Amino acid sequence: MQEFAELLEKLAFTPSRNGKIAHLKQAFKTLPDPDRGLALAALTGDLALRNVTPSLLRGLVADETDPELFRLSYDFVGDLAETVALIWPHSTEPEDHSLSEAVEELGKTAKAELPALIMRRLSSMTPTQRYAYLKLATGGLRVGVSARLARTALAQFGSVPVEEIEELWHGLSAPYLPLFQWLEGGDKPVNLAAAPFRPVMLSTPTDLDDLSDHPPVQFVAEWKWDGIRVQATNEGGTRRLYSRTGEDISNAFPDVVDALNFEGTLDGELLIKRGDTVAPFGDLQKRLGRKRVGKAMLDSHPAALRAYDLLLWDGRDMRSQPFDARRAALGDCIAALNDPRIDLSALLSFSTWDDLARLRENPPESVIEGVMIKRRDSAYMAGRKRGNWFKWKRDPMLVDAVLLYAQRGHGKRSGYYSDFTFGVWQEGQLVPVGKAYFGFTDAELKELDRFVRNNTTDRFGPVRAVKPELVVEVAFEGLNASSRHKSGVAMRFPRINRIRTDKPAAEAGTLEELKAFL
Amino acid sequence: MPSLPVRSPQELLHPRPAGLYCPAGDFYIDPVQPVARALITHGHADHARAGHGTVWASRQTLDIMAIRYGEDFCQTRIPVEDRVDIAEVRATFTPAGHVLGSMQITVDDGNTAITVSGDYARVDNPACAAFALAPCDVFVTEATFGLPVFNHPSPQSEVEKLLRSVAAQPDRCHLVGAYALGKAQRVIALLRQAGWDRPIYIHGALQRLCDYHIEQGIDLGELRPATVKQGKDAFKGQIILGPPSAFAATWAQRFPDPVICFASGWMQVRARARQRGVELPLILSDHVDWPDLTRTIQDLSPQEVWVTHGREDALVRWCELNQIKARPLRLVGYEEEAD
Ligand SMILES: [Zn+2]
Repeated sequence: MQEFAELLEKLAFTPSRNGKIAHLKQAFKTLPDPDRGLALAALTGDLALRNVTPSLLRGLVADETDPELFRLSYDFVGDLAETVALIWPHSTEPEDHSLSEAVEELGKTAKAELPALIMRRLSSMTPTQRYAYLKLATGGLRVGVSARLARTALAQFGSVPVEEIEELWHGLSAPYLPLFQWLEGGDKPVNLAAAPFRPVMLSTPTDLDDLSDHPPVQFVAEWKWDGIRVQATNEGGTRRLYSRTGEDISNAFPDVVDALNFEGTLDGELLIKRGDTVAPFGDLQKRLGRKRVGKAMLDSHPAALRAYDLLLWDGRDMRSQPFDARRAALGDCIAALNDPRIDLSALLSFSTWDDLARLRENPPESVIEGVMIKRRDSAYMAGRKRGNWFKWKRDPMLVDAVLLYAQRGHGKRSGYYSDFTFGVWQEGQLVPVGKAYFGFTDAELKELDRFVRNNTTDRFGPVRAVKPELVVEVAFEGLNASSRHKSGVAMRFPRINRIRTDKPAAEAGTLEELKAFL
Repeated sequence: MPSLPVRSPQELLHPRPAGLYCPAGDFYIDPVQPVARALITHGHADHARAGHGTVWASRQTLDIMAIRYGEDFCQTRIPVEDRVDIAEVRATFTPAGHVLGSMQITVDDGNTAITVSGDYARVDNPACAAFALAPCDVFVTEATFGLPVFNHPSPQSEVEKLLRSVAAQPDRCHLVGAYALGKAQRVIALLRQAGWDRPIYIHGALQRLCDYHIEQGIDLGELRPATVKQGKDAFKGQIILGPPSAFAATWAQRFPDPVICFASGWMQVRARARQRGVELPLILSDHVDWPDLTRTIQDLSPQEVWVTHGREDALVRWCELNQIKARPLRLVGYEEEAD
């Protein structure tokens, strides 16, 4: 438990993604089997030990401490598991049990005997161990490790491409013994998943300059829809909908899963579609991350699949064939399915890159975020292979906003105010509309930092309020209506494009102007 | 003088707006406003202020006040060795184990003895004299960490944690936030005890107090100023100490991808560490934690406990549960954050 407790602590306090990956790699190296696999599952939320409730913990601690002292302590600490871990009487002879012992015990102990077990264990642990144990038992680790981050760390640990891990992932389960064996030089495990995820082919960004090196005739182009790139598969009756990083999102989209009446694997864009009209990304977001979707939501926000590519069909692996051939087969398949929930992404007609540029500038629908350009003779390959697929996004949306708050960064940006909140005008007031922490150059960061230090009006911990005087041009990829934000809007991928010292704050944008992008 | 009525403890010492006042000696202890006569427990700014008339304190506390406020910080300085008689009372000074020169002050009028702890700690501290019990009828205690959740681990284990992190991340530097008086020197001395013999870099604000500790015979090893001209790469793998306030200043921009550490008893609570953007919390306190606080009360077994500042509600509750008479003084002006 000690090593797991230390790992948890490091992850909780390490702000950067790379820092977290480094700690995970170190843990994979040092923890024994099966503890490392169990730790991995605990971190990604794939270890279900949810018998231990907050009220059980309260009950335990009530027997050990004065209620008034507990109340004062909990008020101060603010987290139940942490308060219990710290306030628990100190053991004179701590004994360390392995993570696997703890998991096994918690798993097989009957509900009625849980309190006695937990009590015994808590009394033999140090406070850090107790904290880790209680977080494990109550299932609320929350240290910012997603399954995707964990897979990236695994890939680096074993020096294998992350796509290979994504492909295997759904056939694996805790404690992941065959996976670790492979990552340490053993044989690659056989993919055990029914209807497994296949690594997705990705594109690289491009522009007109770049494209001019390529003959247009060798390429096709299609719209880049602002939905979610997915892989839809049905193998031997097992149906799955995966995100492009291999997350199984089937539960959130039963309507699309129902429509996968074929034997094969499609690559496409998941969209909310009402009749022929594709709804904005915000509508799709409402259905994401749900464990279950109600009938009302299925009716008001119907999902659909727009097919881009064909990986497998009726037992044939199409991936080594050129795009043109796959696309021809895809057309036949979609036509044969004859289901409005699955349609075909249209190919654009162009003969020069300038033709395509004109199409890109005037897309027929606002949910189009640019064009995709694909080499006709390219096989379907895992990952981002330069020169085969390109994305040429439409120009970002821009708004001039006023800097309102700044927060100190960490790691390489320690000592700099590098996270900025900005606002636009509404009825003579500035309302915050977003946060950005990239987009600027190093020189611009210095300038922003200097402005914050010289114009601070108030401080709240690491945050400073500044005089509302500096205008920044904010670029963003889209705007969603949002009830969670006071302004009523949420920006997608906002970043600071440039500092507009030439513009007085009074001339910055308005909320009304911004809402026109909705 | 058997004919005089016996003073109650409240008559011997009681709170006034300027601080704890002793009429029989006409002096205050750690007053928060300028007064004519003051006894000072230790050199932290919230206890030792400039502008008093006569100041009684340990030699080291007087030196520290002169370093911080200038030689003219008061009109008359009277260094106290062990005890001093002032008018009708005797004041006894007993080491508090908190910072260099820190003392508990026991005021005794021949009938009643009241010990004012100031800030105190019972864990071994290589940067100051060890705490000793000062027997009394009334114990006036701080309660900075007066909640049963404060159970500070051993300082050695925290320094080991820092050194492990330094070894594991050789391309980064470790920037340790530590208050200028006491904590900084203690961290340095603990690092030396743990075998860290490379130069330790310090922020300019720590220089004079570090020099003073060295003068007083505390081994801090080689200290270097953390100046810009060394270049970013010079700091890789190094340990740098600065006052926490410097982390928000442009000073921090000279370091390559620093691991932000903070040495404080507050680091035991995760939310506190996160609030400060700390990546490596080091639980190092110059105050008693809950077990030491309650143990001290049990060791002294006073008739009454008065709580000056901190989490007084919890400590008073604990005293009630243990049949010890206790009351909060609710003194204002002492910063609970500074540890
Ligand atoms: Zn102090």
